[in-house]
Amino acid sequence: MRDMVLVLEPLVPGLRRFARALVHDASNADDLVQDCLERAVSRWHQRNPDGSAKAWLFAILVNLTRDRLRRAGRRGPHVPVDDLPPGALVAPPTQEQALSAQDVLGAIDLLSDDQRAVMLLVSVEDLSYAEAAAALGVPIGTVMSRLARGRDRLRRMLDGEAIAVPKLRRVK
Amino acid sequence: MNCGHISEDDLQAYVDGLLNARRVSEVEAWLAEHAEQRARVDGYRRDRAALRAALDPVAHEPIPSELDIHRIVSARSRFQWRSAMQIAAALLLAVGGGSAGWLLRGAMEPPKAGIASLAREASQNYVVYAPDRNRPVELGADARQMLISWGSERLARPIGIPDLAKAGFAFLGGRLVATPHGPAVLAMYTGREGTRLAIMVRDMEIDQNAPMAERSEDGIGAVTWARQGVGYSLVGPQSAASLHPIADIARAQID
Repeated sequence: MRDMVLVLEPLVPGLRRFARALVHDASNADDLVQDCLERAVSRWHQRNPDGSAKAWLFAILVNLTRDRLRRAGRRGPHVPVDDLPPGALVAPPTQEQALSAQDVLGAIDLLSDDQRAVMLLVSVEDLSYAEAAAALGVPIGTVMSRLARGRDRLRRMLDGEAIAVPKLRRVK
Repeated sequence: MNCGHISEDDLQAYVDGLLNARRVSEVEAWLAEHAEQRARVDGYRRDRAALRAALDPVAHEPIPSELDIHRIVSARSRFQWRSAMQIAAALLLAVGGGSAGWLLRGAMEPPKAGIASLAREASQNYVVYAPDRNRPVELGADARQMLISWGSERLARPIGIPDLAKAGFAFLGGRLVATPHGPAVLAMYTGREGTRLAIMVRDMEIDQNAPMAERSEDGIGAVTWARQGVGYSLVGPQSAASLHPIADIARAQID
């Protein structure tokens, strides 16, 4: 019981941040985190004690969020970024200008759900690639390719223009 | 394009800071010769930092009480206790309904309050915990003080744990147990031949002061008394009469 509290408590801020990035509305996001924590507490004995508790928690939250967004009828159709004209989303920042929070959050919203989830888990929540793979229920290779594609799209959106640098070959 | 031995996965891991120092220097050496890739990777790093900075304030907001993990855990145990009580009540109804006239036989009903009830609860807990080979107690003899503070906190009054060494029983440890009348402390003792005794301590609403009463059932004896709102029941696998002198030793320490 004490172990459970000690493991779960420090994860709460990150779970909130992740949920907020996905569903935006703060109270909806916290509802999801509450559901997630209640499930974690009631199923604590079912987790693999050798596995990453962090990955297990995020897996619960990812599934709850998917269900919630599906039921809510989504946020409107997903627009593939490749279909958008360059610079349609954000004003290209000048070289010295730092990216604003709105710019980057607006751009991450336009990624596909899969790419966004990987980007947030790895880039923001500091999950290892293996933990992200466990949380999303996909192989590590899939995590890596979604990450590479997500980063590339984000970069192009924030640059306001396509950068035509050839990508390196992924090594399986 | 000739990428040498640096892969896209290496570059991604470089962005995430997940490479070891040797690999970092290899990647950096390679990037120094590939300006376009260097620009791409730097762009990824900037985006990553911007994304973290944009979301970071959320993690520093005060945690709302609905997300307080202590609260979630305790709400859940209350819920489980309530469910257990509901199941127990349903079972009691089923048994009562099945045996006609059961409810009329007041004399046969188990005692519901007072020291008779405490004696029964102590015997039931003794039967569960005393024979347990793995974990008869939750806090061992070395954690005596912890058990006293735990029990005192939950019973909301200072409690004592009697020493039965004079009767030849060493303190083994104890635990908090549930009774229909709230939490109780169950202290366990062990004799030279491995015989175990237990003393249960809880608040008394009825029988706030009661002299020692003996009770034996199914081979378990109990000597039970109450003083100033606290009830004590000494139980063991012997007749209540033979436990009486040990109970006297315990009571003398509490008075």
